[in-house]
Amino acid sequence: MPPSDTPENTTAPGVEGGSAEDKLIVFDQVVKRFGDLTVLDHLDFSVAPGERVTLIGPSGSGKTTILRLLMTLEKITEGHIWIDGEPFSHMPRGSGLVPASESYLRQKRKRIGMVFQQFNLFPNMTVRKNIMEAPVHVLGLSRDEASERAQELLDLVGLGDKIDAHPTQLSGGQQQRVAIARALAMRPEILLLDEVTSALDPELVAGVLDVLREVAETTDITMLCVTHEMGFARDVSHRVLMFDKGQIAEEGHPDQIFGDPREERTKSFLKSVLENGH
Amino acid sequence: MNGFWDFEFTGRVMPDLLSGLLVTIQATVLGYVIALALGLLIAVVRRAPFLGAIVHFLMEFIRTTPLVIQLVFVFALAPSTVSVFTIGVVVLGVHYAAYTAEVYRSGIEGVAKGQWEASKALSLPVSRTWGAIVLPQAIRKVIPALGNYLIAMFKDTPLLFAIGVVELLAMAQQVGSASFRYVEAFTMVGFLFLLVSIPSAIAIRRLEKRYAAV
Repeated sequence: MPPSDTPENTTAPGVEGGSAEDKLIVFDQVVKRFGDLTVLDHLDFSVAPGERVTLIGPSGSGKTTILRLLMTLEKITEGHIWIDGEPFSHMPRGSGLVPASESYLRQKRKRIGMVFQQFNLFPNMTVRKNIMEAPVHVLGLSRDEASERAQELLDLVGLGDKIDAHPTQLSGGQQQRVAIARALAMRPEILLLDEVTSALDPELVAGVLDVLREVAETTDITMLCVTHEMGFARDVSHRVLMFDKGQIAEEGHPDQIFGDPREERTKSFLKSVLENGH
Repeated sequence: MNGFWDFEFTGRVMPDLLSGLLVTIQATVLGYVIALALGLLIAVVRRAPFLGAIVHFLMEFIRTTPLVIQLVFVFALAPSTVSVFTIGVVVLGVHYAAYTAEVYRSGIEGVAKGQWEASKALSLPVSRTWGAIVLPQAIRKVIPALGNYLIAMFKDTPLLFAIGVVELLAMAQQVGSASFRYVEAFTMVGFLFLLVSIPSAIAIRRLEKRYAAV
């Protein structure tokens, strides 16, 4: 999947929504402010179906906010987000667009899954119940089907024998692998990975990344990944976006970004990450 | 017969006192059920933007006025077909719901933000988010605090005396005034209260230990 340039086709026309047929996700002049703080500053970018994009950049550069906007955990301040040619941050009303209502978002967010830095497993449920919860209550699967799906996914992440354990009985790395299985159980088209190894002890990181490599190789899920694991980013992603101050400072193929960064900001960021032992 | 303590009298009035104690326990248990259910409802509704503010105001009103005044007030307003026991139980329950709601609220706020976000990321309906994720975690944390209100409520039931519910204190008043042996009657009231509240306190301490660990 060749990385494509963003410029001309991301300025989605407000009414038609047919901004880009070959784009799954389109950010169109997106602004996100928290009070006086501008986190995303008129951001334009798009992601093709099946593309795996890694977002890098210093903390506070807005990477995580992008994922949180896509998961509808935050609302955008200005601009529009489109998914599959349809408005996502907004919804059609009359001849124009209005900010999306909660019920509109509830429909739209089903095709998106997210794995969090802090795992966020439900501690009051077993691993099996954690994974079954959404397939049963959102997709309407029977308990048997959902339980079977849970077992398959746990086998995939190498935790087939932990299905009846409670999250508190698992290590951080195991919890995160369960969280990945839980997100995959919804068969999302888009998977958002928010610093999924940052909270893990160093020796547990590899296991989680191996699982994600496997997912990347065996599925065509579109992935947006915020990470400081540059080796993983290089292996898995089609394209790397370097963020700084709420805008894209540089983007390109991982080999180019990591091997021959052009922007000074990218160079100094990569240098600081390497010095920190990542 | 005229000594400080008359055992024969004490034994004779015991059945009456025990029937009063039974009324006290019934009022406590029924009121507590109301307080637990209504308090939970209030805690959830309080998070809603507009309705929440109204409920919050009502709660503050209830919490800042004395229970005995609420009892007398509702008693005066209620139609005469409603029994005093019912009035007593409902007022007691609603009054304590204002307190249990705060307990639930602290439990709900104690549930990590990530739990809400994970529920949203899985597109779980609101009913599942509350019913299967948030409340089970919140309630578990506040079981000991809720237990303490059971004992507090039990100790407040003598206030029902004010509207004519013949509970333990009223019964003691009756048997005392019939014989002028108040010392025995009221001492036994204290003793019977202890008899119930001490084991309850021990049970709650056990609950506390059991749920504190997780």
